[in-house]
Amino acid sequence: MIVEEKISADKFQPAHIDAAKGEVIEKPSLSFWQDSWLRVRKNKGAIVSLVLLVLLILMAFVGPHINHYGFNNQDLTKSNLPPRIPGIEKLGIFDGTQNVGGQKVNLYEQKGIKDYYWFGTDSLGRDLFTRVWKGTRISLYIAFLAAAINMVIGVAYGAISGYYGGKVDNVMQRIIEVLSGIPDLVVVILMILILKPGILSITVALSITGWVGMARVVRGQILKLKSQEYVLAAKTLGAKDGKIIFKHLIPNMASVIIINTMFIIPSAIFFESFLSFIGLGLEAPKASLGTLIEDGYKVLRFLPYQMLFPAAILSIIMIAFNLLADGLRDALDPKMRD
Amino acid sequence: MEREYINRCTLFFPTLKLSNFDEFLIFIEGFLGGAVMAKYFVQRVIYMIITLFLIASITFFLMKLMPGTPFNAQGKLSPEQIHIMNEKYGLNDPVPVQYAHYMLNLLKGDLGTSFQLDNRDVSTLIAERIGPSATLGIEALVFGTIVGILLGVLAALKQNTWLDYGSTLIAVIGKSIPSFVFAAVLQLWIGAKLQWLPVAYWNGFSYTILPSIALAMFPIAIAARFMRTEMIDVLSSDYIVLARAKGASAFEIAFKHGFRNALIPLITVMGPLAVGLMTGSLVIENIFSIPGIGNQFVQSITTNDYGVIMGTTLLFAIMLVVIILIVDLLYGVIDPRIRLSGGKK
Repeated sequence: MIVEEKISADKFQPAHIDAAKGEVIEKPSLSFWQDSWLRVRKNKGAIVSLVLLVLLILMAFVGPHINHYGFNNQDLTKSNLPPRIPGIEKLGIFDGTQNVGGQKVNLYEQKGIKDYYWFGTDSLGRDLFTRVWKGTRISLYIAFLAAAINMVIGVAYGAISGYYGGKVDNVMQRIIEVLSGIPDLVVVILMILILKPGILSITVALSITGWVGMARVVRGQILKLKSQEYVLAAKTLGAKDGKIIFKHLIPNMASVIIINTMFIIPSAIFFESFLSFIGLGLEAPKASLGTLIEDGYKVLRFLPYQMLFPAAILSIIMIAFNLLADGLRDALDPKMRD
Repeated sequence: MEREYINRCTLFFPTLKLSNFDEFLIFIEGFLGGAVMAKYFVQRVIYMIITLFLIASITFFLMKLMPGTPFNAQGKLSPEQIHIMNEKYGLNDPVPVQYAHYMLNLLKGDLGTSFQLDNRDVSTLIAERIGPSATLGIEALVFGTIVGILLGVLAALKQNTWLDYGSTLIAVIGKSIPSFVFAAVLQLWIGAKLQWLPVAYWNGFSYTILPSIALAMFPIAIAARFMRTEMIDVLSSDYIVLARAKGASAFEIAFKHGFRNALIPLITVMGPLAVGLMTGSLVIENIFSIPGIGNQFVQSITTNDYGVIMGTTLLFAIMLVVIILIVDLLYGVIDPRIRLSGGKK
């Protein structure tokens, strides 16, 4: 559709005809990453997510030390206290009150407690604020782990398989074929039977299956790139295979690797919290967001705040990673460029 | 005949290097009529069998590594009785014999016995409980894909309107927020606060609605995003431009030409969807106290009922592997290009 618009004539100027000027580059040239960053910056969802994630990562490290409660300090006299935050309590929210039999009761005054528990306490009187940020650490650890496994094992495996081709490729692809057939859940359950539930068995399970998708993508990319002229040039100049793979091929598919890693992270985080929720994850007294949600779920009807905080933070982490992944894909994927 | 086929292959796809294994596949394929599809099919089935064999073997040897025997726990049995029991269940045989037995039993559909529930057959336990799980899974899949497709198509037709943003928002939320959080919120809000629908248990259709919705969020999200991208892709293709030029109505273009072609690639996400549903059912059945396989599975883990854990794990593995195979084959039938790269992802 063409929209007709009246443009006044004085907006036009005669152009200088000068052969030399035709070659002048008006704007500074941008590298691929500068260009991508410009596009990411335009995506509001991705930027907000990035800021949120930075905040969450900071809180995961700082949060447990902000107040003086330990993550496993039990005090049964202070169990199941609703959240109470100094300052905000005057607004009528987070003021330590709770509905008991239809009436609002300030449990802190009733029990004569002077302390403030910002997110409340659980059934053993442990501070939820400290525990929630401790749990966030676990989720972020899983995110980091999944990313690292993909970047190291997945990329190396795919690159070697694709670059050497022939028999090497054939054998390596058969192994992947079998590995990808085994569902993640089955691997984790088998690991748990050998190793006991816990962060170790989830780590091992992720290391066994988590990199298969990445290896396939990287192999495909290598197959596409290895017949390019610059690889031939490097070979002619005597570059070793390892150098060609790591210096020439992998930097050229950095965007694909980043996009894939970003999409793996939320599913890994979900996987851990899911396992913890059904009781296959961390063992008490350690806390992850999944175990905290499970504990909160048991008392959801009466003490909804116990599930609210971990569930909200887990959801924020998941949404933020997903939106950031989308934004990065739109910015880095050459097919999406306009 | 085979040589000719290989030559044909290398002629069309010079980069395709044929190894001995491929020649073997082509040989098998000769019996089956000799088409590329048959080769792909045979190849996939062989990998499926290898995968299942591997899973079953790992399961067996893990069972052997487990401390104790199924009968020691009772404590009341005399050594003679334990010996008799071991004899009965073939536990005195050498490990290779037991392994062969176990594999043969698996082929017959026998998944082992429960250690906690009166040594009952896992197959019977599963058969009793598969009804609710299947109902829930199918309901969630049908509801989820239909709603997802509608959202995706609407978003693509009304690009960059509030409808598009709303659909994207639902997709992001559905993909991000874990199903157990959804389930808990639905239970608290619609079940307990508003009392519109039953909170839990399994007693007729109204009991299936909340768990199905909680389980369907993932399919909705995946189908909506996928449909939107596909639909936009299709709507900008040449034949749509042609249809528009020939004066087809907007409705006709969207549904007769666009929708049908955008729908085909949706099959590719059915595999991941099925995996997601099966994983989700574990926790959803647990939350809504549905007497299904997932619920039993979680219980068996908490009570260390290794027999049921192993049997159900095997069942899950078989179902997932078969579903992924079917999806891949369907996709291979529809899109011939995919066969050459040997699978998706």
